[in-house]
Amino acid sequence: MPTTMTPSGSVCERMAAIADEVAGPAAADVDERGRFPSETIAALRAEGLLAALVPTASGGGGATLTEVSDGLVALGRRCASSAMVVAMHHIQVACLVRHGANPALRAYLRELSEHQYLLASATTEVGTGGDVRSSICALEVADGRFRLEKQAPVISYADDADAVLVTARRSAESPVSDQVIVLCRPPGLELEQVGEWNALGFRGTCSTGFVLRATGEEDLVLTESYGDISTRTMLPLAHLLWSSVWLGIAGDAVDLARRYVQAEARRKPGTTPAASVRLAETVVLHQQFVDMVRSSLARFEEADAEGDRLSSIGFGIGMNALKVSSSNLVVDIVRECMLICGLASYRLDSPYSLGRHLRDAMGAALMVNNDRIMANNAQMLLVHRGE
Amino acid sequence: MVDGTVDGTIREVLGDHGRLAVPVETLTDDTDLFGAGMTSHASVNVMLALEDAFDFEFSEKMLKKSTFESIGSIRAAVTEMTGA
Repeated sequence: MPTTMTPSGSVCERMAAIADEVAGPAAADVDERGRFPSETIAALRAEGLLAALVPTASGGGGATLTEVSDGLVALGRRCASSAMVVAMHHIQVACLVRHGANPALRAYLRELSEHQYLLASATTEVGTGGDVRSSICALEVADGRFRLEKQAPVISYADDADAVLVTARRSAESPVSDQVIVLCRPPGLELEQVGEWNALGFRGTCSTGFVLRATGEEDLVLTESYGDISTRTMLPLAHLLWSSVWLGIAGDAVDLARRYVQAEARRKPGTTPAASVRLAETVVLHQQFVDMVRSSLARFEEADAEGDRLSSIGFGIGMNALKVSSSNLVVDIVRECMLICGLASYRLDSPYSLGRHLRDAMGAALMVNNDRIMANNAQMLLVHRGE
Repeated sequence: MVDGTVDGTIREVLGDHGRLAVPVETLTDDTDLFGAGMTSHASVNVMLALEDAFDFEFSEKMLKKSTFESIGSIRAAVTEMTGA
C-alpha cells in the first residue's frame, strides 16, 4: 500500500467516517428534538471539512464537487438533516469562491478556512410569494457601509451559522429583479427569530423565520449580480448537492430493504422471498439515481469548463430536471423499500423502520417546489432548441 | 451598423414585453436591461416577440443572458441571424 496518502483519507472517506461515528448515532435525537446537529458540524469543523470546497491557495481543502457530493451521500445515509445543513453550507461557500472576487471577500474566505465558519443563506422573503429572483428589501449604502433589513420566512440553522449570505435589491431605487448577495456577519448581524420549526422531516435544519438586520462594509456585497450567481453557481450546485443528500436517504433505505430480504432468505433457504423481485426493481431505480447524480456532476463540470454554457437555457433545463427527478426518485425508492420490508418499516421501533427516511424524503419536492421548477422549465422550453 | 428599423422594432418589443421599470425612450444602446427591471421570465417573452417580429429563430448559442442584456447586444444577434 502506498504510504504517501494523507493519513486521514479523502474528503469523502472522512465525511463518511463522521457520518458513521458521529452523525448516525445522533440522528434519532436530532430528528426527535428538531435540534441542530451540532456534534456533526463540530466533527466536520475539527477535520477542516467545512472549507473543503475552498481552494488550497485560500487555506481550504481544494476538494472537487464530486468528492463533496460523495461525502454528502454518505452523510445523507446516516442523518439527512446533517447532510442538508452541510450541503447548504457548501453551496454558499461555492458562491463566495466563484463570485467573491474583491480583496475583502478573498480575505473572508481565508478567515473562513482558518476558523471553519458555517455559512447560512437567506434568499426567500416574506411578500415575494416564494420567488427568490425578486427582492423587496434593499441595501442602503452610505459612506462605504451598507444597511439592510429583511423579513426572511426561512433561514436554516441561522442561530448556529457564523455568517449569512443574503439577497436584496441593489438599492432602494432598483427594480425587484436587480438583486445582489451580501455577506452579513457579526457583530453587524442581528437575528430576531419569528416562529418555530416543527416540521415533518429535515427537522435538524432548524429552518425558522427571522427578521434579519445587518450592517457592514460595502465590499461584502458580491460583485456579480445575484441573477448571474444563481444561474452559474447557486442553482446548479443546490440541485446537485441536494440530490446527493437525497441519494443518501434512498441508498440507506435500499440497504435496509436488502438486509430485510436477505434475513428472510436465511430463515427459509431454498425459497425466494416474496419481496426479492421488488428489491431487484428498486435496485434498478437506485442505480438510475446514482448514475443521474454522477452524470449531472459531469454535465456541470463540462459546462463550467466552457464557461458560457452554464448560462445556456439547455443547461438550466437540465439542472432543473435533475432536481425534479431526484426529489421524486427518493420518495419512490423509500416507498418501494417500505413495501419490501412491510410493517417492519412502518413500525417506529424496528431496526427496519423507514419513518425518518419517508418524512425527510417528502421534503425534497417542496424545498423549491417542483411545480415552480416545472413552470420555469415550461417557459424555457418555449425558446429551447434542443440538444 | 445601426439600422433604424431594427432598432425601432427592438424598442417596441421591449416596451411591450420587457416589463422594464423605466420608459424605453430612456434606454441607451448599452443600458443593462436586467438592471432596468427585466426579469428572466420577461426576457423569454422578449425573445419570442423578437422572433415573431423579425421572422427568424435565435440560434442555441445565442440563448443566454448576455444576448439580451442590452439593446446593442440584441441588435447584434438579430443582425447576425437575419443579415439585416
